[in-house]
Amino acid sequence: MIKRDLVIVGGGPAGMAAAVSAYENGVKDILLLERDQYLGGILNQCIHTGFGINYFKEVLTGPEYAGRFIKKIKGVSGIEVSLKSIAVKLTNDKTITFLSPGRLKTIKARAIIMATGCREKTREMTHIQGTRPAGVFSAGLAQKLINIEGLLPGKEVVIIGSGDIGLIMARRFALEGAKVKAVIEIQKKSRGLLRNMVQCVEDFDIPVYFNHKISRIYGKDRVEKVSVMKVNDNFNEIPGSIFEIKCDTILMSVGLISENELIEMAGVKIEENKTSVPGIFVCGNSFKIYDVVDSVTTDSYLIGKLAADYTLS
Amino acid sequence: MVVRKFTCIECPKGCRLIVDVEDGKVARVTGNECPKGEQYAISEIENPVRTLTSTVLGQGLDLKMIPVRTNKPIPKSRIFEAMDEIKKIKVKKPLNAGDIIVKNFLGLDVDLIATRKAE
Repeated sequence: MIKRDLVIVGGGPAGMAAAVSAYENGVKDILLLERDQYLGGILNQCIHTGFGINYFKEVLTGPEYAGRFIKKIKGVSGIEVSLKSIAVKLTNDKTITFLSPGRLKTIKARAIIMATGCREKTREMTHIQGTRPAGVFSAGLAQKLINIEGLLPGKEVVIIGSGDIGLIMARRFALEGAKVKAVIEIQKKSRGLLRNMVQCVEDFDIPVYFNHKISRIYGKDRVEKVSVMKVNDNFNEIPGSIFEIKCDTILMSVGLISENELIEMAGVKIEENKTSVPGIFVCGNSFKIYDVVDSVTTDSYLIGKLAADYTLS
Repeated sequence: MVVRKFTCIECPKGCRLIVDVEDGKVARVTGNECPKGEQYAISEIENPVRTLTSTVLGQGLDLKMIPVRTNKPIPKSRIFEAMDEIKKIKVKKPLNAGDIIVKNFLGLDVDLIATRKAE
């Protein structure tokens, strides 16, 4: 079996910061696994500005922020990057198995950092009634379709939830000429950053309905309309408040969940800054959901150092 | 005097700004935790601007869509005009993040730059 000092799973902001930090703290045999064909993770599709204000003291877009770390990683020989490589198994003796084009590889590591990010909550998790037509997307998927694939998923959009990705996508759809008909938020106020309420929603005169929820999705092949109701503070319907909005697309922006299946399958428990198994670490959104990437970088640097200390001890 | 209220968008803090406006000019800004807030308030009253980010089409490159931004903020009133121009652009030559795609974009003394390397 191949042996490596440190294997990092995930080449997004967390994995890249952990790799650079571990390298700077003395580990010279690092393997960084990334399932996509590029490093950068979700930053590549976050083309808007607002990254780096705390960490770099300047305002960057997602790709620019990622680019700084990609450059650093490519500049050192101690970090080997394996793209198109998806980790499929982790065991608590610190072996990791990954699949890359044409091969399945198992590696025994002295230490492993899991930086596998997070997933978006789906329609199914919000219990919205109605039919199941095409046209219901998670906000991040719509972001990928527009910013990476160059495809506009719809022309009349209703956004469910006021998370940051949903707000950012409200603006993106508006810029691309789509009509964003409403942002529907069940809570009293936005879940996203205030600045996004201003620059993404108010700037484009997009109506926001707080204390409202979608009661039903209509449409046979494609989304045709939604019905919306006002709710009280306990999220119960206020009678007589239902109205309909015609739309062909629904974006779900209702939260993120850490992606931790491999860790769970290995029977490893996540604790603050470490796990129940010495030498297995977790950082970034797979550890907890962050608001801003700068904090992911800072915290992942620390994890990179802890992993380096462990590897070299 | 008119009192206007804004949420500062310069950083994720989102300070609530209270802006006293006299004859269309900012007389006083409070609520800001740093000097950027004051500049933002003045700009919001006198000439609201935004940094525009979008994508342009790549041809024969490893990226189908190349992310771009204006290297300085542009007037809010010109945003949709800028988008119309951005949609016409095709990039065929490899470029690095920071490379200029359109110089003096819309005659605004602002450049449209790539934000990601494309080969």
